[in-house]
Amino acid sequence: MENETMRYTVAVLVLNKFGVLNRVTSMFRRRRFNISALTVSETESAEYSRITVRFDGDELNKEQLINQLYKLPDVCYIRELSEDNSVSSELMLIKMENNTETRDDILTAASAFDAKTVEYSRDAMVFELTGSSRKIDDFIDLMRDYTILEICRTGIVSLEKGSTTIRKVTNL
Amino acid sequence: MLLSGSDIIIKVLLEQGCDTVFGYPGGQILNVYDSLYKYKDKIRHILTAHEQGAAHAADGYARATGKPGVVIATSGPGATNLVTGIATAHMDSVPLIAITGNVATHDIGYDSFQELDITGVTLPITKHNYFVDTPEELADTIREAFRIAISGRPGPVLIDVPKDVQTAFCEYEEKPAVKPNAPFAAKDMRIEAAAECINSSKRPYIYFGGGIIRGGAQEEMLALAELCDAPMGCSLMGLSAIPTDHPRFLGMQGMHGHFAASKAMESADCIIALGVRFNDRVTGNRLNFAKNTKIVHIDIDGSELSKSLCDAHGLRADLKCTLQKLIPLIKQTRHIKWREIISEIRAEGEKFTDDRSGMTPKNIIATLQKYVGDNTPVITDVGQHQMWTAQYLVQKTVRRFITSGGLGTMGFGMGAAMGAAIGCGERAILVSGDGSFGMSLHELATAVTYSIPLTILIMNNGVLGMVHQWQNLFFDKRYSCTELDRKTDFVKLAEAFGASGETVTTLSQLDAALAKASSGASPYIIDCRISKDELVFPMRPPEGSSDDIILK
Repeated sequence: MENETMRYTVAVLVLNKFGVLNRVTSMFRRRRFNISALTVSETESAEYSRITVRFDGDELNKEQLINQLYKLPDVCYIRELSEDNSVSSELMLIKMENNTETRDDILTAASAFDAKTVEYSRDAMVFELTGSSRKIDDFIDLMRDYTILEICRTGIVSLEKGSTTIRKVTNL
Repeated sequence: MLLSGSDIIIKVLLEQGCDTVFGYPGGQILNVYDSLYKYKDKIRHILTAHEQGAAHAADGYARATGKPGVVIATSGPGATNLVTGIATAHMDSVPLIAITGNVATHDIGYDSFQELDITGVTLPITKHNYFVDTPEELADTIREAFRIAISGRPGPVLIDVPKDVQTAFCEYEEKPAVKPNAPFAAKDMRIEAAAECINSSKRPYIYFGGGIIRGGAQEEMLALAELCDAPMGCSLMGLSAIPTDHPRFLGMQGMHGHFAASKAMESADCIIALGVRFNDRVTGNRLNFAKNTKIVHIDIDGSELSKSLCDAHGLRADLKCTLQKLIPLIKQTRHIKWREIISEIRAEGEKFTDDRSGMTPKNIIATLQKYVGDNTPVITDVGQHQMWTAQYLVQKTVRRFITSGGLGTMGFGMGAAMGAAIGCGERAILVSGDGSFGMSLHELATAVTYSIPLTILIMNNGVLGMVHQWQNLFFDKRYSCTELDRKTDFVKLAEAFGASGETVTTLSQLDAALAKASSGASPYIIDCRISKDELVFPMRPPEGSSDDIILK
């Protein structure tokens, strides 16, 4: 089996109960999974919450992560989402220093990335950017030429393409 | 019928066929103890000296009987005292139900007296746990806890019940005992692929663990071994699954495993791993272990597949069902060359048999063996005496060898032995060390109070033997904090607790003492003096391979 490190996205439907997120993250922590992003949200059903996990590792790490998730009684459905079969999105707010020297360059870049200016003041600008994590990474990379004051990212959310749903098709 | 929460707890325990619980009362579990008083003709409560002893006793009871063990404790320190017991059960996949009291729901979060977040504390060491918010959900929560504890790979489940949930009244309706989730076989395609792998193997080897005992699949495993002509070995947890004298059985794997078993497993071209994990004690450095060997791995817990080593065929399934489907696909074969290799390995291992006379560990276990009946549970603590017992004791009956494998809990023995004796209705034999016994000797009080028939054989060498051995071999004999220099008189100690005992220094004295112990109905301590220089061999150094095994 491969030992190449990859980035994986796994969607998990868990019971919408007190403390379930703690159970999931406690397992990630004690088994030292390399989690790069994690989002939790309500779903179409009040019964479930949806956790989207992005992590780095090899094929065996991924299998182990899914198998360990499977052992938690509050986990109901698990689905690995590949780039080909799913759509993913992330939202970022980024606060840039506002000064006359760099203002125009920043605004040009923001406009090229379709970033929305959500706050503009004498000293700072805040942009909202939605899209793939890659696009957000690229924008941040560009902004490093200027003065970044603060960044806040939501982490990834993903849905499978087509009419299939996690409750119909699952890794369990 | 309208019942209080605490009555409901007892009612549901009775539903599940539970007739014995172990525990210790306290402020936030008082109501449950009041209900135990009410139902004392139906359910027996064993009061231990310490909650840890109660947890180990429930564990020993479960290991001996196969039924879930139940332990009850109060909030705060009562609950934390269970932690080592719960973790021990978790590592060895023992079905255990722990019920703890807690402060009332309106006092939770205020650091009230003896308030403790025990569900938080036990999150990593339970299969699942619950905090019960309302009396209405109490009965079904306990039922669900039992179902989880006994289904699939068993494990401990904790239920934390706040005081107000114990005192509130709610409707209770009796239900039948829960059943474990239905077992399932692996997919045909996967079984066929595994069969092909086994059929094409020239040197197959069966490595089994506690899963074989829990899955009750011994018969199928032996049938498979006959068909594919495989020798067999097991993990520490697999001991007692099949009789030690089975001609195909080479012994236990591991750091102190039998030489033949370790060597044969590493010489195999196909390891058939059944209900067992590839623990670091078994593999040594796992990156170098069985590199060119194909592993066919069947386990009910999918997370064990390819966890430590890369399995060629990993089947998440019930062992019994899957082996039944696998067996018809296996060609009857005879591997002449492999048999020769195995005979050579056996002979090589036997060269190093300890044939000294006198009070050697091997001779002590051989003397003990005469008093081990078919139904006698033998329990160990943790350390050198544990490995000697595991190596030398001839296993006859399944579930009659009980030891703390995964967690290696010193102090496990006294509690577990009491639980096993009660579960089996037989005199139990505890083999302990002076170190381990020192960690739980207060449970002698419990054994005396309840007249639990217990033979306690303390292999007394005056040192913390296993650590001492490591210091001897790997730390240039710098015996840091392992030479006990205690003045404890175990015989007088036994007498102080209301038991009796004697000190033995020869094998004939030991024999007589064991005879005396076996004829009585109460706990009996045998303080068996051995040399502190006795070492456990074979020993594969940590991170080593079978080539590095130290035999003498």
